Amino acid sequence: MRRAATYLGVLVVAAYCLAPLAWQLVTSVRTPAELTTLPPLLPTRITIEHYAAVFTGHPFPRMLLNSFVVAGGATAIALAFGAAAAFALTKMRARGFGAILALVLATSMFPPISIVSPLYLLINALGLRDTLAALILTYAGFTLPLAIWVLTSFLRELPDELYSAARVDGCTPRQALVRVILPLAAPGLVATGLLVFIFAWNEFLFALTFTATERSRTVPVGIALFPGLHEVPWGEIAAASLLVTVPVFVLVLRFQRRIVEGLTAGAVKG
Amino acid sequence: MRRVLERLGERPAAFLAPAAIVLGVVTFFPIVYVLWLSLARYSLLGDEPSFVGLDNFVRLASDARFWNALGNTLYFTLVSVVLEIAIGLAFALLLARPFVGRAAMRAVVLLPWAIPTVVAARMWEWMYNGDFGVINYLLGTGINWLGDPVWAMHAAIAMDVWKETPFVALLLLAGRLSISPDLYQAARLDGAGPWRAFRHITWPLLRPLLLIVLIFRTIGAFRVFDAIYVLTGGGPANTTETLSIYAYKVLFQALELGYGSAIAVAVFVLVATITAAYVRLLKEAAR
Repeated sequence: MRRAATYLGVLVVAAYCLAPLAWQLVTSVRTPAELTTLPPLLPTRITIEHYAAVFTGHPFPRMLLNSFVVAGGATAIALAFGAAAAFALTKMRARGFGAILALVLATSMFPPISIVSPLYLLINALGLRDTLAALILTYAGFTLPLAIWVLTSFLRELPDELYSAARVDGCTPRQALVRVILPLAAPGLVATGLLVFIFAWNEFLFALTFTATERSRTVPVGIALFPGLHEVPWGEIAAASLLVTVPVFVLVLRFQRRIVEGLTAGAVKG
Repeated sequence: MRRVLERLGERPAAFLAPAAIVLGVVTFFPIVYVLWLSLARYSLLGDEPSFVGLDNFVRLASDARFWNALGNTLYFTLVSVVLEIAIGLAFALLLARPFVGRAAMRAVVLLPWAIPTVVAARMWEWMYNGDFGVINYLLGTGINWLGDPVWAMHAAIAMDVWKETPFVALLLLAGRLSISPDLYQAARLDGAGPWRAFRHITWPLLRPLLLIVLIFRTIGAFRVFDAIYVLTGGGPANTTETLSIYAYKVLFQALELGYGSAIAVAVFVLVATITAAYVRLLKEAAR
């Protein structure tokens, strides 16, 4: 009885999470005529024309590429710089450990809207408006606190003797980091990288403000500003929004445990 | 020379420097700059910035639209965070029970959290559609959810709750699973029912984590932008206009960088105050 109730509850939770996505899937394969008729709830005929439309005569593929470059670049920078900083804080016993971490944590609370205007001016002054570099730099900066925080909590778990042994064997600190510590911290790097990637993949406010054309627009901006001359192209929006969800979907399925680990490390030790 | 550089490059400061430089450029410099901007009259339409002291803040104090946006933001934050915590806790306790397929369920629950907010908002916008929306169809109603001054805010809250509850649920689930099963075993032997076990074991042990989740969600909800931008743009008649949306409009539509920055500073101060209050609560709870 109790077990039946549990499974019923689990079903309810699954329906809660999946129903809007399922409806988007249904919408994306409806014929234009059936988009504006309910019932039937399920389409009588399945079409892929909305998916085709998104890929032809549409800047969507370019935006998809932009999103990959931006999210990948930001992840690489946040991981490299974050790992170096976390290493200095945990293994090299940098002075002011607590103060630095507190400062880092404080910056992660900054509301994006509060610094969007100075960043906009700065990016214009540097001639970086409407470039992918502007977004990569901004996202790396915004995710670094999280990266440092999560990686610090992972590196703390590694025994200090590993580092001192590597030093005794003649490694410089950098060699010790690259050859000994980082390979052992791989799960932490994966967890952190996933969180940074998802943040950068999804970010909207900065992307909206710092980009002006398809040259640098990312997918969230494209989807928010989806062009519709006379009527809103709901079928195409549905197709595009499912396509942009696919990478996230794959990451979540493959790495659900790591992502939750990263979230927990970020929150609990905070 | 090279050897000196090499030795410098192996000091802790050298490992901290890259992160410090990026953080300095992307967060610390802007927060100082925005303070200066908030004391200036600076329109992107032409004139050079000029220092005007606290004029922008005086204007802010008597700006009805600012107070309206603050009220909307507080209402949005309060209602959505309460619902997210309540539903998230219920989900976490349910998923902590033994059942087959927990890993798969974790992935399912992660999905709403992991998809772009803009995408989620577009999905809900279509479901809310007054003429062809599935919500009206299923409820048998004909409500213009996003165009009605009363419904629009609640429609935005419902979308935010859907998107953010998984974050709460997964963190609380991790916290719940880290409580030793022995405690529940002992409680059962002592004849305690599920309610008493929750009241005396789960709740007190989960409380610090609950507070942390509360901080994250309050700050997240307070700076809501993406969802409202896509769903309503702040309308109808500014009934869903939050502080972030209002600041964005002043900054990048009216191009008033000075006044917009003053609103941005106000948001910053409010978030800092909320955070400080929570941290105090957290410290008291830890004692």
